[in-house]
Amino acid sequence: MSLFDYKLSDLQEMLHKKEISVNDLLDEAYNRISEVDGDVKAFITLNEETARARAKELDELRGTPEGRGLLFGMPIGVKDNIVTKGLRTTAASQILDNLTDPLYDATVVQKLDAAEAINVGKLNMDEFAMGSSNENSSYYATRNPWNTDYVPGGSSGGSAAAVAAGEVPFSLGSDTGGSIRQPAAYCGVVGLKPTYGRVSRFGLIAFASSLDQIGPLTRTVEDNAYILETIAGLDKMDSTSADIEVPKYTEALTGDVKGLKIAVPKEYLAEGVSDEVKEAVQKALKVYEDMGATWDEVTLPHSKYALSTYYLLSSSEASANLARFDGVRYGRRSPNAENMLDMFKLSRSEGFGDEVKRRIMLGTFALSSGYYDAYYKKAQQARTLIKKDFDDVLADYDVIIGPTTPTPAFKVGEKTEDPLTMYANDILTIPVNLAGVPGISVPCGFSGEGLPIGLQIIGKHFDEATVYRAAHAYEQATDFHTQKPSLGGAK
Amino acid sequence: MSRISEEQVKHVAHLARLHVSDEEAERFTKQLDDIISFAEQLNELDTEGVEPTTHVQDLKNVMRKDEPKKWITQEDALKNAPETQDGQIRVPSILE
Repeated sequence: MSLFDYKLSDLQEMLHKKEISVNDLLDEAYNRISEVDGDVKAFITLNEETARARAKELDELRGTPEGRGLLFGMPIGVKDNIVTKGLRTTAASQILDNLTDPLYDATVVQKLDAAEAINVGKLNMDEFAMGSSNENSSYYATRNPWNTDYVPGGSSGGSAAAVAAGEVPFSLGSDTGGSIRQPAAYCGVVGLKPTYGRVSRFGLIAFASSLDQIGPLTRTVEDNAYILETIAGLDKMDSTSADIEVPKYTEALTGDVKGLKIAVPKEYLAEGVSDEVKEAVQKALKVYEDMGATWDEVTLPHSKYALSTYYLLSSSEASANLARFDGVRYGRRSPNAENMLDMFKLSRSEGFGDEVKRRIMLGTFALSSGYYDAYYKKAQQARTLIKKDFDDVLADYDVIIGPTTPTPAFKVGEKTEDPLTMYANDILTIPVNLAGVPGISVPCGFSGEGLPIGLQIIGKHFDEATVYRAAHAYEQATDFHTQKPSLGGAK
Repeated sequence: MSRISEEQVKHVAHLARLHVSDEEAERFTKQLDDIISFAEQLNELDTEGVEPTTHVQDLKNVMRKDEPKKWITQEDALKNAPETQDGQIRVPSILE
């Protein structure tokens, strides 16, 4: 058995009783990483020296009043698009390959540190968070710990795989169109995308600023709630972070969902969703019924327009956000340029991968003179209609439930040829980002091939508490979250 | 009918400060054309009178006092730069 099979609150108790040390937890993490990360490839950069030094400090504080941070001694992995002071931050792109000494910590990293958590290392991802399989990492593709022939999902594939493989018990990811929830589903872990504005984006390398959110990936719902509680809240460095009080999310985990009103959109169990996934969701609804919740079929009529809307808007925003990578102040500069214009063009062309270039060009096109109204403005209007679908349903129901993804994980290399097929993986997660509401994925079954299936629970703006309550009650009634991949031998 | 031509792709690449070879331009044209054709399904939607959503929150301007503060040192500002000279960032010549 691994120390990471214990939940966060148990680990803290064991630490304060001095049954284990913070350094033991780091041993668990780094030993497991050397054992399995050659196959899983979840990490880009390890932070072992700094982490060990911090563990030494924290071990002195065990059981004392100072050592009472909410995440005291907890090892955590951080997605590599979250800036870490003095620790290499690449967003899995060659253009930032040499960014070894960033100048500041993202707000979430500062908050983890203040809560006495320890950053184990930086996690692999699709380059600049653009992708659904981690195959767009410029370093190497992370593999699914349940079967390394399969993708872990993306873009937070490293964040999900590291937790599933037992390399770290907790991680941070980011979610622009499903990038936390889809890999969480594929890897059989819990992943939450908070309400837009719940968590500061300061220090998150921007992809699509009106959609991006940072969120936790964990083995259990309770652990997830502890981490959100730590990282959420108003931040003067992010003017879109909300001035709304952060509740103690763990107090919402009552196990009671009696009378909970669930909406099940018919579009989420329609054509394109595999039979295995539909069955798993239907069984989950039965579990809720048995616990005293009720559900009705509803409609989110504009769901089918979400994918187009998302790619136009997110690519447009990306084309502006990624203009900052110009080879001047930091990052890669092409050695082949003789003048300024060539320096920009060659640095960017040599530094960005194909998917990033495609989206920058799509966005530049959608925003360019003569096409702006037809594409960009039209997509913003479609977004209004999609958001209204959610507002209407959530006016009458507590949560919306459906699958996280249409199918379980697919094979490495299966969808790399056609961008549109790859994009279709995110069809059930993207509308949630467009509406700005919170959504979680929790394990709800396995396919015939032994790959995890995820259940998506969506809530009202800033009502993560109800999302967690619903997810936790389901988790307590099932045992999918206790199952682990046999990778590297049973442990 | 194609939605975007190879010439347009090259123009867009120039606007976005990307260098694309002829081979890349051909490939990107096909892929972007597929994506744009797919996105044109939005034309089915009647959006007459629908307000565009730029942002899901109902945010007004968020103001703060305009006060000078210490941020980073000159040394910090230069330490990740690809090329520096005399305490400044060096770039290739702009004028011919």
